[in-house]
Amino acid sequence: MTAPQIDLKAYLAEQENKSFLRFLTCGSVDDGKSTLIGRLLYDSKMLFEDHLSALEKDSKKFGTDGDNIDFALLVDGLEAEREQGITIDVAYRFFATDKRKFIVADTPGHEQYTRNMATGASNSDLAVVLIDARKGVLTQSKRHSYIASLLGIRHVVLAVNKIDLVGFSEEIFDDIVKDYLSFAQQLGFKTLLSIPISARYGDNVIARSPRMPWYDGPALLDHLNTVDVDTAVAGKPFRMPVQWVNRPNLDFRGFSGTISAGHVKPGDAVVVAASGRTTKVTRIVTMDGELDDAVAGEAVTICLADEVDISRGDVLAPASARPEVSDQFSAHILWMAEEEMLPGRQYLLKVGAKTVPATVTELKHKDDVNTFEHLAGKTLALNEVGYGNVSLSMPIAFDPYAENRDTGGFILIDRFTNGTVAAGMIDFGLRRATNVHWQALDVNKNARAGLKTQKPAVLWFTGLSGSGKSTIANLVEKALFADGRHTYILDGDNVRHGLNRDLGFTDADRVENIRRVGETSKLFVDAGLIVLVSFISPFRSERRMARELVGAAEFIEIFVDTPIEVCMQRDPKGLYEKARAGEIKNFTGISSPYEEPEHAEITVKTQGRTADACAAEIVAYLRGQGFVP
Amino acid sequence: MTSSRLSHLKRLEAESIHIIREVAAEFRNPVMLYSIGKDSGVMLHLAVKAFYPSKPPFPLMHVDTTWKFKEMIKFRDETVKRLGLELIVYTNQDGVKRGINPFASGSSLHTQVMKTEALKQALDKYGFDAAFGGARRDEEKSRAKERVFSFRNAQHAWDPKSQRPELWRTYNTRVNKGESIRVFPLSNWTELDIWQYTMMEQLPIVPLYFAAKRPIVMRDGAMIMVDDERMPLRDGETPEMKMVRFRTLGCYPLTGAVESSAVTLEEIVAEMFTARTSERQGRVIDHDENASMEKKKKEGYF
Repeated sequence: MTAPQIDLKAYLAEQENKSFLRFLTCGSVDDGKSTLIGRLLYDSKMLFEDHLSALEKDSKKFGTDGDNIDFALLVDGLEAEREQGITIDVAYRFFATDKRKFIVADTPGHEQYTRNMATGASNSDLAVVLIDARKGVLTQSKRHSYIASLLGIRHVVLAVNKIDLVGFSEEIFDDIVKDYLSFAQQLGFKTLLSIPISARYGDNVIARSPRMPWYDGPALLDHLNTVDVDTAVAGKPFRMPVQWVNRPNLDFRGFSGTISAGHVKPGDAVVVAASGRTTKVTRIVTMDGELDDAVAGEAVTICLADEVDISRGDVLAPASARPEVSDQFSAHILWMAEEEMLPGRQYLLKVGAKTVPATVTELKHKDDVNTFEHLAGKTLALNEVGYGNVSLSMPIAFDPYAENRDTGGFILIDRFTNGTVAAGMIDFGLRRATNVHWQALDVNKNARAGLKTQKPAVLWFTGLSGSGKSTIANLVEKALFADGRHTYILDGDNVRHGLNRDLGFTDADRVENIRRVGETSKLFVDAGLIVLVSFISPFRSERRMARELVGAAEFIEIFVDTPIEVCMQRDPKGLYEKARAGEIKNFTGISSPYEEPEHAEITVKTQGRTADACAAEIVAYLRGQGFVP
Repeated sequence: MTSSRLSHLKRLEAESIHIIREVAAEFRNPVMLYSIGKDSGVMLHLAVKAFYPSKPPFPLMHVDTTWKFKEMIKFRDETVKRLGLELIVYTNQDGVKRGINPFASGSSLHTQVMKTEALKQALDKYGFDAAFGGARRDEEKSRAKERVFSFRNAQHAWDPKSQRPELWRTYNTRVNKGESIRVFPLSNWTELDIWQYTMMEQLPIVPLYFAAKRPIVMRDGAMIMVDDERMPLRDGETPEMKMVRFRTLGCYPLTGAVESSAVTLEEIVAEMFTARTSERQGRVIDHDENASMEKKKKEGYF
């Protein structure tokens, strides 16, 4: 290599001052999203020789285009994607033109991977919605347009792809555009340009195609180069979620964070949104020197005039334009987990730098992504969108999502799997008065549990007869009691003899049995107790019902895992012998199945261990999870 | 979101600082993997910036295969001393005992034992729940698919088919015991960005990035530098002094040089504009098999 003769300084200055656009490609499966990006990278000469030769090799092996280059293989980077010829997860690619730098998110078209499409959309300012000219507008085209709109994207390109396969027909193009506009009008897009393209052959991608003289708009890249998507966050009121308190020594106390909107300068009066305390900015510190003015997007450290109590998650804002502060708001929620959203179940909500326990108290409606109609519904399944009220364990500062993505967008995290189960867009805060029932009971579960300095929970012991459930549960209760915890045991003996005396062992009675025990545990949990339930409960569906009744956050399933041979050997009540002799019908493990838990919080293997060791393991778990101190 | 007032590099810088701070604030025991290369250099510089005037509240860790270029180790020790940071150096002693090396064992086994296994051992030994890496999405096609906060199970494995959704810059940092997150603050940087930033900030880099006369043998199409006496020469191989530099740095027997006359940062950047091959082309380990990076990452490689 030899260094070329170019004016490097001028070139670099030009690079630095290029504008920037993040966009995504979306649409249904096989509409050609990956091919389009491959084409953009190829035609804008962003590919290195070794990438190209790998592409040629891959095209021969996996390609769907005969001996021609299959551009999709450039972005479908996962083995499973290349084998199946589909896109599973979002890929981020980078390219630049003379005018702009681009990050493009290539998102999957399959409905089951909608969450990955949302991931790509959340940081984009423009969406290229692809439509296969042969198929027209499909459900996924609508779903993706809707989600893009929901996530605040205001600029859309409708790329009618594979136009070569319909003979470059203007009529077909017009019909599709008309069809798309008929629903997209409701989605609040500021710009919407429709372009007929062939990603495979490059028509109207980089340059206008001579094969469609009837189209007089710009080529795709020309439009991407010039479209004005300035989100104008700099003009909005100042917001900075505090990420980290910077205290190198006693003389310095600063608050580090990324300015999410507006700008700030020394001397500005600011308020700590949640507490309402006001103070003044004294310095804006960076390693490159102090700043006279810092704008949205900059990561800085702010020093304040007064010793105000500020910690991670607080939001700094101008006193004159404060964010809302409330423990309730209404929001759109995109559900992204297999396990459905249940009202009343506790999740962790993260907005900006703040994480708090939260529940969806009420789902007002679900959105039909096809018709955009409101549907009634209480729960949300994977990929469904709904609108409802969210209630938090404490008041926090936030803005409507339309005003600020950082302080108005949140994720919900499952407390057990730690998975990201939902994305939420805050609409507006709810005043306390509008939802009296949340505040009305001053003596509530939290208060009762607080008095006992514990977190209430149900420890649901399941396992075969003779597995050691009751023995271990008793030992756990003893240990907790000795520690000053407040507990109660529900088991077959004290429940079947009283509350459930009227129930037998038919399937319906078994379900009713579990329902009553579940409801009773729920009341005890509300009273702030740690409840130990010891029931064979052989069926997953029953245990699941109990879990849902109590709420997953407070339900700890403990599988007492003892091989049936060992149980039969122990046979403390002589039941196995009777069952084998046919004297007991429907005996779990002999004549009726036991469904092992798939996701028990704790699995205790008893074989070769003492009951004390098993109990200690459970107590350690409770400590680790913060149920007991 | 994007702001028109910030220049391209300033925007990337701020985004990375945000990510680094988020880790320091939310994880119990994070660590920054420091591989001594140019990307690591930028990442380390960003970490120093993120917490100024404090020092980064986490240690650095270098997984040493014992086959790095001598100049890299020298540079590493100087850098740590200059910045006054804590450095953990970890080597898979079991691999050393077994005599694993890139010549006799082959690049694949060497990488597996001395890099991947070593990394997993080190993360387990110190109980780190988050580890920063300097990988970029423009490097390789499976990297382009990876989240900024990339979840690893208790076996350190990546499951590319079920990554956590990652919206805005609201990162889910929650893990159960034994699980961890690999964090990539440079996800959205390109190779050009790294060099331009290095130039703008005048960051020191390992001299191997600059062209100089170095003893080279041609092996399997790559120019390999004879960095020490451990390299067995094959019949007919005689090291030849050539004017070369390296676009990436790793284990010297696995890192190909390029012929170059670039002796300043400016010349390196200028050279990039005419580069016809990607930087990873010089890496022997990436060519081992199809989807080789994804496979290594699933096994716990960075």
